[in-house]
Amino acid sequence: MGQVAFLNVSKRFGTFTAVADLTLEVEDQEFLVLLGPSGCGKTTALRMVAGLEEPTNGTIRIGNRVVNDVEAKDRDVAMVFQSYALYPHMTVGRNIEFPLRSRNVPKHERPAIVAEAVRTLDLDGLLDRRPAQLSGGQRQRVALARAIVRRPQVFLMDEPLSNLDAKLRVQTRAELIELHRRLATTFVYVTHDQVEAMTMGDRIAIMNHGVLQQVGPPQEVYEKPANLFVARFIGNPPMNTITGTTVREPEGVAVEVPGGRIPLPAALARALNTDGARPVVLGVRPEHLAIGDGPISATVAVVESLGHERHVVCRLDDGQLVIARQQSSVTSPTDGATVRLSFNRDHLHVFDATTEARIEA
Amino acid sequence: MAGRRLRVVARYTLLTALAAIVLFPLYITVVNSLLPSQQLLARPPRLFPSSPEWDTYRRAWNAGHLGRYLKNSFIVTALIVSGQIATSILAAYAFAFLRFPLKRTLFVVFLATTMIPFEVTFFTNQQTIVSLGWYDTYAGLAVPFLATGFGTFLLRQAFLQVPRDLQDAAALDGYGHLRFMTRVAVPLARPMVAALALFSFFAAWNQYLWPLIVTKDDRLRTVQIGLRQLRGESVSDINVTLAGTVLAALPLFILLLVFQKQLVRGLTAGAVKG
Amino acid sequence: MSQAIDRLAPGVDAASRPVRRLSSRVREAGLGYLLILPSLLAFVTFEFYPFVRNFYLALYRTPPFPGLPKRWAGLGQVGDILSSGDFRNSLKVTVLFAVLTVPTGVILGLALAVLAHQQLKGIGIYRTIFSSTVATSVAVASVIFVTLFNPQVGLLSYLVGQQDFLQDPTWALPAVSIAFIWQHLGITFILISAGLGAVPDELLEAAHVDGAGAWSRFRNVTLPLLSPTIFFATVVGSITAFQAFGQIDLLTNGGPGDKTNVLVYAAYTEVFQRNNIGRAAVLAIALFVITLVLTIVQLTVLERRVFYGR
Repeated sequence: MGQVAFLNVSKRFGTFTAVADLTLEVEDQEFLVLLGPSGCGKTTALRMVAGLEEPTNGTIRIGNRVVNDVEAKDRDVAMVFQSYALYPHMTVGRNIEFPLRSRNVPKHERPAIVAEAVRTLDLDGLLDRRPAQLSGGQRQRVALARAIVRRPQVFLMDEPLSNLDAKLRVQTRAELIELHRRLATTFVYVTHDQVEAMTMGDRIAIMNHGVLQQVGPPQEVYEKPANLFVARFIGNPPMNTITGTTVREPEGVAVEVPGGRIPLPAALARALNTDGARPVVLGVRPEHLAIGDGPISATVAVVESLGHERHVVCRLDDGQLVIARQQSSVTSPTDGATVRLSFNRDHLHVFDATTEARIEA
Repeated sequence: MAGRRLRVVARYTLLTALAAIVLFPLYITVVNSLLPSQQLLARPPRLFPSSPEWDTYRRAWNAGHLGRYLKNSFIVTALIVSGQIATSILAAYAFAFLRFPLKRTLFVVFLATTMIPFEVTFFTNQQTIVSLGWYDTYAGLAVPFLATGFGTFLLRQAFLQVPRDLQDAAALDGYGHLRFMTRVAVPLARPMVAALALFSFFAAWNQYLWPLIVTKDDRLRTVQIGLRQLRGESVSDINVTLAGTVLAALPLFILLLVFQKQLVRGLTAGAVKG
Repeated sequence: MSQAIDRLAPGVDAASRPVRRLSSRVREAGLGYLLILPSLLAFVTFEFYPFVRNFYLALYRTPPFPGLPKRWAGLGQVGDILSSGDFRNSLKVTVLFAVLTVPTGVILGLALAVLAHQQLKGIGIYRTIFSSTVATSVAVASVIFVTLFNPQVGLLSYLVGQQDFLQDPTWALPAVSIAFIWQHLGITFILISAGLGAVPDELLEAAHVDGAGAWSRFRNVTLPLLSPTIFFATVVGSITAFQAFGQIDLLTNGGPGDKTNVLVYAAYTEVFQRNNIGRAAVLAIALFVITLVLTIVQLTVLERRVFYGR
């Protein structure tokens, strides 16, 4: 079956640790996205599954077997590279046929399999062209066709959309989701684009500096980020994070930030478990920040109008910037105006200032 | 796991064996250069000098005049390299940035010179040199090679890579051609210029037929012809000849070690696409 | 330079523009000619003039003693020389030499380049060693091998028997070939290594994941993408082999019995030992034609089978 498992996998290049103690299980037929900024280790992790890199420590399993010592060509995985890696000296047809040749699939069976892949990816009529004669989108589809002819257990994709222009990217995203559904095979998909991750993944595994930060369904990662990094990485515009200190009040606990105090819901206050001042970082998404009547005073720095909504960038007393989302129907605040900000109590996050972990209510 | 280690060991063994074969002629030369004359004829031949005779090197340098030969080679090579760089920069600049009638034809003429082999020109050139009174002079050794069609081609390629925007910006800044050439074009083409310099250096240093026919005076011999001389004279003093050979090879080896990367670029300039 | 200014301020000083444009164009052309003049002068004097004169010389028979006038011999002389036994021998020797040295050299260079391209620790040392012969010049390499082949001193003679290979009619040319191949191993290695480096790692990785073993990857991905480089190495190697001189001069002097008398060496002896410039000129033309034809043949025939990526 097509499960993939990382068990305490590390990869070091000399003194540099690319992947640190990664434990992650990808379920059969799941679409798992490995998300993170450049250099976070996601591509290295992917290449270890493919067999192009050897783990320094730990075990990698595909299906039921440990594949650490299995060569890439024997692992029954297919990979789509960021730059597609099409063989420039072969025609499209030969490119797609190549994996079948390598696996010694009988000659008479090959044309049918290639034809099916060509149909699935809409490459009819391009079989005799060379990669240099194709557009970016066409090349990408050839790379996909070459991957699917093998009917592998796992599909590995390394940022396949990053070389496409924006419009094509949106279109191809939908096609990839469709393809996943049709093939019913495990997809492990690497990207740095959180929009791709949110729209495509069954689950998202976020990495930073080689360490797995959180893994879960998109909505869960969005609503319950495990730490500051995840909170800031997911969501566009990113979550507002305000440094402050806890303070005890007669009604409960509040967070003191420049410009005022924000009262916390009871459950969160209890979880904080503090008597006095504890340095924390308050997190609130722009859609949960409103301009109007509220506990915090701020100055409007920039108003960005996007047509259907508005992003109001406000500056707190100590210079920290926060963004609030507004519907265009509401009157726009003016630059430089002093406003009051209110926070949606049900959607407040508190992060420990030192560990950066979210405090669970 | 064991299978993999065995494969790695096998690879290293093969590599080392081949390296030994490639280095062997050099090694045996150094060994022989340090053997006292009697031991040269020893059967089986000695593979290691038990009592190295360093004197051979002194003799090669002094009586063998190797110091002088090396000096001559350096001078002639330096003349040729600087000449080729200078003429190529000027010509390549003209072809890349200027417009003038018959430019394309003239460029083809430049390229055509690369197809004219040395055998066709050498005796006429020798007569020309003699009639100019340049026999047995540095001028005779260097002047015929001061221009190069290949070098012009290479540098023109490099100059063509200079972005159009830079040219326009320089024009706005009031740069004339001279300043543009020296302050923008040449610095940007520096890797290619360095590559050409190295390529020219090796070609010039390696010249054999030409120095042979335009010099007779031992004071002007280059190291290639000097070695020829050395070999002719001291048949019984093979160890001295070989010491001279090692000394002659040393400058280039040092160059190779220090400039390996640039050297590779120079020698492959224009050969590999992309 | 003035185009930029024209673009920025069109219509400025329109009245004087035509005049300025003409004079600046003349200046530009003048500068252009000035810059190529040094090279052109050198080419005319030392390349084109000798090239043309060569054809002229081929038509004259030079006298055995200086001072006597040259005698017109015309194309008859050319015909005589081309059909002479000497010429045919030189031609045969030269071609044989190229056949011995070029394929072997390229294959060895390829093998070394492939082996040194692996990701092993310390592979850099091997790469330096394999490139090292590029630092040996023609005299250095030849003297090294003269010694190796020396019947009394050389190790080879010890191993194979007291033969003097350089004096042996059958083995003289192969012996010189070995010296030539060794001397050029470094540059061939560097050239092909550079070509290997241009093969994108990702393609090999893709082939690996696609299920191709090491040999299949080499044959289906590396080799096709390497073919331009191999082709170039072969062409350059052939031209170099055809122009070999120093090695012959130092190792065998054309002997024994003309068995290593390649065309260039024959031309040299005709001029400087027999003062027969007419003959030398014909030999030179023959060599020129051969290398030209060779290059054209290789460029057309091989180009069809060679793949130029991108």
